[in-house]
Amino acid sequence: MKKSVINLSSLSQKYVMALAGMFLMIFLIFHLATNLLMLAGDGGKAFSEAVTFLTESPLVKIMEYVLFAGFLIHILLGLVLQWHNYRSRPVKYHTRLRSETSTFSRFMFHTGVIIFVFLVIHLINFFFIRLGWVAQPDHAAHQHDFYSMAVVLFQNPWYTAIYLVSFVFLGFHLKHAFQSSFQSLGLNHTKYTPVIKVIGIIYAIAISVGFAIIPVYFLFFY
Amino acid sequence: MIKLDSKIPEGPLAEKWSRYKTGLRLVNPANKKKIDIIVVGTGLAGAGAASALGELGYNVKVFCFQDSPRRAHSVAAQGGINAAKNYRNDNDSIYRLFHDMMKGGDYRAREANVYRASEVSNDVIDHFTAMGVPFARDYGGSLDTRSFGGVQVSRTFYAKGQTGQQCLLGTYSSLNRQIAKGTVKIFPRRDMLDIVVVEGKARGVITRNLVTGELERHSAHAVVLATGGYGTVYYLSTLGLGSNASAAWSAYRKGAVFANPSFIQIHPTSIPVLNDYQCKLTLMSESLRNDGRVWVPKEKGDKRHPNEIAEEDRDYYLERRYPAFGNLVPRDVASRAAKERCDAGYGAGDTGLSVYLDFKDAINKQGEKAIRDKYGNLFEMYEKITGVNPYKQPMRIYPAGHYTMGGLWVDYNLMTTIPGLYAIGESNFSDHGANRLGASSLMQCSGDGYFILPNTISDYLADDIRTGKIPVDQPAFEEAEKQVADRIQKIMDVGGKETASSFHKRLGKIMWDYCGMRRDAEGLKKGMELLIQLEEEFWKNICIPGTDKELNQELEKALKVADFFEVGRLMCEDALQREESCGAHFREEHQTETGEAKRNDAKFAYVAAWEYQGPKAKPILHKEALEFKYVELKERSYK
Amino acid sequence: MNFTLKIWRQKNANAKGSFQTYPLKDVSPEMSFLEMLDYLNNQLIARGNEPVTFEHDCREGICGSCGLYINGRPHGPQRSTTTCELHMRDFKDGETIVIEPWRSKAFPVIKDLIVDRSSFERIMHAGGFVNVNVGCAPESNSNPIGKLIADKVFDAAACIGCGACVAACKNSSAMLYAAAKIAQYAMIPQGKVEAKERVDKMVKQMDAEGFGFCSNTYACEFDCPKGISTDFIALMNREFFSSKACKQKHA
Repeated sequence: MKKSVINLSSLSQKYVMALAGMFLMIFLIFHLATNLLMLAGDGGKAFSEAVTFLTESPLVKIMEYVLFAGFLIHILLGLVLQWHNYRSRPVKYHTRLRSETSTFSRFMFHTGVIIFVFLVIHLINFFFIRLGWVAQPDHAAHQHDFYSMAVVLFQNPWYTAIYLVSFVFLGFHLKHAFQSSFQSLGLNHTKYTPVIKVIGIIYAIAISVGFAIIPVYFLFFY
Repeated sequence: MIKLDSKIPEGPLAEKWSRYKTGLRLVNPANKKKIDIIVVGTGLAGAGAASALGELGYNVKVFCFQDSPRRAHSVAAQGGINAAKNYRNDNDSIYRLFHDMMKGGDYRAREANVYRASEVSNDVIDHFTAMGVPFARDYGGSLDTRSFGGVQVSRTFYAKGQTGQQCLLGTYSSLNRQIAKGTVKIFPRRDMLDIVVVEGKARGVITRNLVTGELERHSAHAVVLATGGYGTVYYLSTLGLGSNASAAWSAYRKGAVFANPSFIQIHPTSIPVLNDYQCKLTLMSESLRNDGRVWVPKEKGDKRHPNEIAEEDRDYYLERRYPAFGNLVPRDVASRAAKERCDAGYGAGDTGLSVYLDFKDAINKQGEKAIRDKYGNLFEMYEKITGVNPYKQPMRIYPAGHYTMGGLWVDYNLMTTIPGLYAIGESNFSDHGANRLGASSLMQCSGDGYFILPNTISDYLADDIRTGKIPVDQPAFEEAEKQVADRIQKIMDVGGKETASSFHKRLGKIMWDYCGMRRDAEGLKKGMELLIQLEEEFWKNICIPGTDKELNQELEKALKVADFFEVGRLMCEDALQREESCGAHFREEHQTETGEAKRNDAKFAYVAAWEYQGPKAKPILHKEALEFKYVELKERSYK
Repeated sequence: MNFTLKIWRQKNANAKGSFQTYPLKDVSPEMSFLEMLDYLNNQLIARGNEPVTFEHDCREGICGSCGLYINGRPHGPQRSTTTCELHMRDFKDGETIVIEPWRSKAFPVIKDLIVDRSSFERIMHAGGFVNVNVGCAPESNSNPIGKLIADKVFDAAACIGCGACVAACKNSSAMLYAAAKIAQYAMIPQGKVEAKERVDKMVKQMDAEGFGFCSNTYACEFDCPKGISTDFIALMNREFFSSKACKQKHA
């Protein structure tokens, strides 16, 4: 019997999934920290300096590839898992499962898909310009002038709405993801797991609210 | 006619087993591979024997009717397992365990067998611990023990109220290990329907594949029955619904004599019957009597809520009647005392068929947490079944059919009167006399399976190293299979109206009324007549939907019930001939002035072993005289 | 009480099954769920129909035979309860009760509500034991195990192998089942010796049986009649990692 599309044991896949997820969660912290510089009120100066520093650092260049790999692994593995899990119950239940589980945990794939769609939009908006796949908007001074791009983008209420909704789902995804990754890696302790769960909730809220502030700020207060 | 030879070795009691063992013949490792053994049943005894025999290198085939060996009914034993470890420094010893079992069994067991069971009990605990069975431990990390009915030391090892489950899962794990190694082959979802005897030796079994309905032939050089007891003869019992007598009964029909069939233990603490459709009584472990106090209202028909009945209006009848042992009297005594109170009209509940088991004092003294730690799962179970919270109000309990001390007659080697056919665990009769003490069942089953049978069976198999495979296409197998097939056809062809469960229920009622906790000659004769009538009716009116070539639970049930009529008759027959009261067997005609059992050692210190003579004929009674050299026969007093 | 029962009927493993509806009257609230099914079966047999086949034995919540998926919950609406311990007083009068077998690729239906759980057996064959022969056991108290650990080991060992964890999991994953056994042995000195090989083999077998993967929804813990904790899954994950990380090549 073929185990899965990839020849890794269930637990190895779980590990890789969790590690990739953890890496992405760390990335989100850096991403958010940088983004929040947009709110410095200096017309994006501090933000631009940070971006310039980051884009010129060779380490970050390497990390960029790692980041892509992280996303790719997390997404592909997510698909593989979903497919495998779908097949492991060929005849479905007539009545929906009513076990009380955290809603977020049940919809990791669904929120994942939404986040993926958002990611594509986000990449179109900001990243593909750098690769030259999408034309640089007129108002941006140069390829890395994300600040101007953001200003223009978020003054469009539709984009702001898309981003905000996506952040809500991101929050849902992260709420489960945070403590789940610890569980998957076996980092579990009767004393600390409850703490991890609380931190997970704080993290999920902080990330989604933190990111949400930026489009809201540009839409209403800029 | 069969002549019984118990093969009890000579020598001092404490050395019998060790001396005897060294004299047994062995089968060398290369030859073991050439020998097949069939084990039927995967409870503690069966799975233990199968894995031990597998370890030795025999080819073992093991059968169970469940989908997994882990579900055998040993799983439901709650309280614990005895061993003479003397971890409590309470002056326990192998001899004391032996003595307690002899006394608890009301001196109707063989000294040599009981001593051996006590002797291996310590090895059993060590082996279970080594297999990772999670026995309860104290804070220093050593094994904890608790006390149990009928003894004055604390020698019962336990794993909460799930000792049987944990011991069975330990045994199951050792079985799995052998299955993985290929020495044991497991055949789940099989009912064993007949023994095949070739030239006077047990050489195989006929089984029915419960999924496809096909009959299968399996051959071996020896057959081991570990098929448990026949307590479901009462319909309502603490046994699993699948537990049955059929395997042992087929051996009886083929010439294995059946010993002490009327010795059947009625457990004092089961949840009482709550509705008419109930088909099972759930046990509340005897260990509860360590902390619970048993009482009934002092006034007849006092229907007040138990919490409203004041202390002075309660009759703690066990403490009153048996001050030395109090609530911890042996099971037979506790059961009869409960029945006596209820019959006299003092019973609790709507039916008046229950007594209270109260934890109020224990909770006040030790705190609810301590009680929860000890019995948490039992209390939960009680609440789930009855909807009553036993922390807040007393439990209601009533006796229920539980364990059969009787069973296939075996000699010191655990071999029945059919050469090559062994019976171990509850399915044999050997170690508990007329009454079993709590927590000695797990002990005996494991001892038989792991430590005794593997030694004794080699002595028999030593003659079989040149026999070669036993072919299954020989006439004996054909004939046995045909008989089974005919019986199935006959039962399928009846086409009546009444279900097997309904017959079973009626049968159970007859047995409970006429051959239950209290018996008298008239009732037993009446019972036998009623059984004959019911059996006739069964063969005219049993209804089995579907076919026999598929998974057919009604057919499975009917085949089991069909055997129970004969089992019941033999029980009555045996109870009738035993004109004394001993252990669980209580004859109204033989009691003291205070209503205690009155034994008659001069006339009845024997094992009653019955030889089958045909479906309608009266079986022949053989008597194996019991000799007592190391215990003094006393009136069993717990006062 | 009166109920409408909607029950999955399937003649055998190869037949196509379907739901049948049975109205059932005069059910006593004192009946257990299985007694209610016995009651139904009696009526079906009386009407000349085939009774509903379901697995059961001890009827006191310990053998793990019974397992029905009742109204969207393995073992029904009560927590820490097996189907046989469930009572009709836990249902509303007039309710429609939908009864299905466990659903999983690794648990094919044999007949009606009975599934084949031999995949569970094979996971145990792969390594659910301590390699110790009869006769090699040291004195029981030579390996002290602290009470707290001993209690935890017991909690893991309380599994009855019913399969509710698989039935409850949206991925039909058997992690809790495997983890309970792996954890039980990994926590005690007797089992530690071969803990690494054990986790490796058992996980491999579990994957081969076609169970789904764990996504930490913890439905298994919620619906486990013995309340076995998903902490043991974390423990298994840890064991598995150390097994992979520290794997030694045979010389």
